[in-house]
Amino acid sequence: MKSKVIIGALAGVLCMTAALTGARADGLVDPSRAGYLDVFKGKKVAFVPIAMGFDLAQAWNSQLAKQAEELGYSYVVRDPNWSTEAGAQALTQLIAEKPDLIVVHSPDIQSYARLLKQAEAAGIYTVQINMKSAYVSEAYVGSDYNGLGEMAANLIVKQCGQGSGKSGKVSIVQGVLTGGASVYQIEGIQKIFAEHPEIKVVSNQAADWDASKAKAITQTVLQQNSDLCGIIGFWDGMDTGVGAAVREAGKTGQVYVVTSGGGATSACDNVNNGTFSALISYNAMGQGRDMNTLIKALLEMKPKPGTVKIIDYSPLTVLTKDTLKPDSCWALPTTTAAK
Amino acid sequence: MPRLSQEQIVFLLWVALFATFALVLPGFLSYGNIITLIRGVAVLGILAVGMAIVVIGRGIDLSQIAVMAVSTAFAFTLMTNGYPIWLALLLGLVFAAIVGLIIGFLIAYVEIPALFATLAMGAFVYGFGRYAVFAQDLVYLPASASSIEVLGAGRVLGIPIPILLFAGFALAVALFLLYSRLGQFVYATGDNPASARISGLPVRPLVVLQYVFSSLVGYAAGLIMATGVTLMNTRIVNSTLLYDVILVVVLGGISLSGGKGGVRNVIVGTLLIGTLLNGMTIMDIQYTGQNVIKSVILLIAIVVDSILNPRDEQTAQQGDI
Repeated sequence: MKSKVIIGALAGVLCMTAALTGARADGLVDPSRAGYLDVFKGKKVAFVPIAMGFDLAQAWNSQLAKQAEELGYSYVVRDPNWSTEAGAQALTQLIAEKPDLIVVHSPDIQSYARLLKQAEAAGIYTVQINMKSAYVSEAYVGSDYNGLGEMAANLIVKQCGQGSGKSGKVSIVQGVLTGGASVYQIEGIQKIFAEHPEIKVVSNQAADWDASKAKAITQTVLQQNSDLCGIIGFWDGMDTGVGAAVREAGKTGQVYVVTSGGGATSACDNVNNGTFSALISYNAMGQGRDMNTLIKALLEMKPKPGTVKIIDYSPLTVLTKDTLKPDSCWALPTTTAAK
Repeated sequence: MPRLSQEQIVFLLWVALFATFALVLPGFLSYGNIITLIRGVAVLGILAVGMAIVVIGRGIDLSQIAVMAVSTAFAFTLMTNGYPIWLALLLGLVFAAIVGLIIGFLIAYVEIPALFATLAMGAFVYGFGRYAVFAQDLVYLPASASSIEVLGAGRVLGIPIPILLFAGFALAVALFLLYSRLGQFVYATGDNPASARISGLPVRPLVVLQYVFSSLVGYAAGLIMATGVTLMNTRIVNSTLLYDVILVVVLGGISLSGGKGGVRNVIVGTLLIGTLLNGMTIMDIQYTGQNVIKSVILLIAIVVDSILNPRDEQTAQQGDI
């Protein structure tokens, strides 16, 4: 008798559980969803890179375009192809067209400063990516170049500083002297080197982001200073030239080449084959995702332009041959043709 | 005062500059630095020799750099897409030759002035490249094709291959211009195309040949430059490289009105630019400052020549177009 009661009770519990589970299978509607897509309907986002023709811009573009398609807002790119004047013109035109948000990649810290202020006055949000302008707008997503410079300098000091037994001679290969990447990075480097008098900067040249120039400069420096210990380059696309010069002089492994970049597959390949001794990656795909988050936040919160200034420094990873992992770098999705 | 030609003035200027650097800069006169010096301008020199042939023929090729960049990028893109290395290189060559043919045809048969035809074709070729051939400015040499890196990065007996190629190429073209009949025809068509045609020279095919040659030289120079850094930077089309090439040609004494000059002029111009750039890099002058100093020294050379050789119809030399 008792066992029948127990079985009956168990069966009852099971049935109730089933009934409740059955009821729970109907689920709840997430209240945040209603109106989510309406926030983005009819909005317009524009992207003005320095140029579309290189890996960083294409990585950012792929992320921005993806979210635009998912959320249903319109997305345009104005490609000035390395011309500052064309970029300024594109920005001016965009300000007249009044999009809701512009993503800006500044070629140097001054050129777009006034235009960004105008955009703010016109009620347009601006998100700056990786190359800072002197004018701080709604958001900056990108590397903290002061910090990146210090990181690069510290890597060099570890290799070439006191107690390493090396000459302490360092060469610096910049891109464009007035670019955000150069101006802030060189300050970080010089700050660290000031604390280490045994480090001597024998050459500090700008190579205009061009690999052949970087190669010619590095060849001359290596010629003059056969005991050169380290080289800091400001972008991996240009520093393949630096690495090539070191390789041709037969000094791979003796000269420590530090560079930085967005972390495309070519970067990992070049660390693997010894062209670069260390690459500081700011993960351009990750930066694209950060931008997407801020775009969503700004469009949802709708702050008054000029009242928020968000700084989102990208996390930096040092890639060396020892620390390389299969997912350290990214490859662009197969549609690579720039639209 | 003896009448010095522009070439001799530039040569003396180079000697003065070289001597100054040798005395003032430590390590300038070392064997390694001289090699680096020439290595830095070997590609410029090759391009200038190609341009010189066209200029002697009373033309100009403003599309040379665009053809250089796009044809090399085309070859690299084919290699990345799995084509065998020899086929990719051959197709790049064919591409450059076809562009040269079109340009030559426009100038010789349609009779569009060289300045406009090459300017337009240069823009067209670059735009075509950006649209159909490559999507990124930097076109990488795939790892599977690393065997051709020796072209730009290898050494023979300690001398970098680009220097040997420049020397060999300059010698070949010099002999061609001096001793072959075709070379003499080039001078004839440049000096006076009308009388050349009346004398029975095939002026139009010669003009086409000159531009095909210039485009092919651009392709070869592009390969040498790109294999040296394992990538083709197509942004050079928008850089000052084209003007440096024309500068080397004109500075060395080859008149833009055609018919005069030779490879020696190009070598003198190349040496001057190479010495300047090398010395300024050793002195750690920023490259923006280097451009200013380069232009000042070149202006001095032309001004001195103007004073010593007043221009008239017969001796017009500094590039009167």
